[in-house]
Amino acid sequence: MADNTNLTTSQRNILKFDPKDHEIALSTEDLHVFYGKTEGISEGDLQFERYKISALIGPSGSGKSTYLRSLNRMNDRIATVKGKIMYRGLDINSNDIDVYEMRRHIGMVFQRPNPFAKSIYENIAFALRQRGMNKKQDLDEIVERSLRQAAMWDQVKDDLNKSALALSGGQQQRLCIARAIAIKPDILLLDEPASALDPVSTSQIEDTLLELKQNYTIIIVTHNMQQASRISDYTAFFNLGKVLEYAETGDIFTNPKVDLTNDYISGNFG
Amino acid sequence: MNAKRVDKIATGVLYAIAAFVVIILVALLGYILVQGVPEISWHFLTSPALSFEAGGGIGIQLFNSFYLLFLALLISLPISLGAGIYLNEYAPQNTITGLIRTTIEILSSLPSVVVGLFGYLFFVVQFKLGFSILSGAFALTVFNLPILTRSIEEALANISNDQREAGYALGLSRWETVTKIVVPAALPSIITGVVLSAGRIFGEAAALIYTAGQSAPALNFHDWNPFNISSPLSPMRPAETLAVHIWKINSEGIMPDAKAVSAGASAVLIIAVLLFNFLARWLGKRLYKHLTAE
Repeated sequence: MADNTNLTTSQRNILKFDPKDHEIALSTEDLHVFYGKTEGISEGDLQFERYKISALIGPSGSGKSTYLRSLNRMNDRIATVKGKIMYRGLDINSNDIDVYEMRRHIGMVFQRPNPFAKSIYENIAFALRQRGMNKKQDLDEIVERSLRQAAMWDQVKDDLNKSALALSGGQQQRLCIARAIAIKPDILLLDEPASALDPVSTSQIEDTLLELKQNYTIIIVTHNMQQASRISDYTAFFNLGKVLEYAETGDIFTNPKVDLTNDYISGNFG
Repeated sequence: MNAKRVDKIATGVLYAIAAFVVIILVALLGYILVQGVPEISWHFLTSPALSFEAGGGIGIQLFNSFYLLFLALLISLPISLGAGIYLNEYAPQNTITGLIRTTIEILSSLPSVVVGLFGYLFFVVQFKLGFSILSGAFALTVFNLPILTRSIEEALANISNDQREAGYALGLSRWETVTKIVVPAALPSIITGVVLSAGRIFGEAAALIYTAGQSAPALNFHDWNPFNISSPLSPMRPAETLAVHIWKINSEGIMPDAKAVSAGASAVLIIAVLLFNFLARWLGKRLYKHLTAE
């Protein structure tokens, strides 16, 4: 990777925001991820604007998921992450950060729906209760609000005590989104949240995300380019562990500056 | 010969082998039950054994078996749970934990008579516990630990990593995730493992002959103070169990109805072990259903 002198891969175009006009919710500086001695990510320097949806696209193995999972340190026991991840003026990649507390600000939804083997209600209330919220009234309120935000309240309001594992895949995934936003994070990371779902569920999830954008900064990994172009404001293109291009989504899909981006979005590889 | 024919023959052979196994099992069970069930009566199940006359029962042995089982599980379950959680959730996968796993595997294949002799030297003689329920319970713990630890470790390993990540992503600590998410999700298979191991403990004889002893002194079932030696709850009294009783009657029983008592006791033992197995399946299925749908 390091000796790659191919001109096209050295070509890069990374958007930097002017802090006067754009509020940065999260940014990474000089991020490197190592699996043992193999480098998974090098040079991942991105800024994410608040209350926008940023999509990370790229071929399989390009490091987009690895990058995303580094942002709330889900890779801690799997890989070594070097570099800075700046959140509210703090480097959350440093050792003295309370990782558990940080993850309550930076939530995550995974590729495969992973509801707990508990009731629908408990799936949402559980983490809140673990942090000392015990008043039934408060919990009821948050459960309802989260399920409404995830656009599934009407479907499940009479079945809150049913097991979450009895829900369909699409509903499970929306429950996972509801669960993630119940603890009111700032930032929501989504790792291909719709890749295991049918087209109807996918479009429901996309609508939900567009709703959530009003209150959350969303960073989403997707291998579905239509999805990226439909919902995201900014798009980053990853290849071989590097970000080659980061720009407004419209620009990336209509007028990419980097040849490889163009190749990828026109389906020439990936 | 064409592939279809080969497949037909192979299927036939496999059916025959399976049938052979089932027939042996059914014949064995049938023989024991047919011989033993007519001997079972309320009197037989509740009265003490008689050494020289006919008409003795297995009441005390039956109670001893359950009490020993209870104590052995009381000791081994927390340890196995801790060990299983450590091995599957906390231990790094390296040579040391590999060594631990190998040790556990070796321990689980230890012949129970060896465990019994070890228990005799260690608990009975060295720790001066004497032939007692406590010695027996410790021996059974040694016998049970490796198997229970493995089954708990496996139950935890079967819980998808997605569940753990879901917990971490909500800001839960590893301890919270393990105790509140992973262990509850694994509960159906953990309970199945515990009940199955209970069946094994219940039928165990060799590990108990030299630890819990071969005598069943009369018990005063009105005295529930565990510190009185004649109390059923006393952990320091010798306690012959059902399985040991069967072994003893058959090797040196001199009562005139030894054969009948042995048959009846065997049937009771088999029925109890079968009940444990069915209970394990039923509980596991029920809990699983409870977790997945309502």
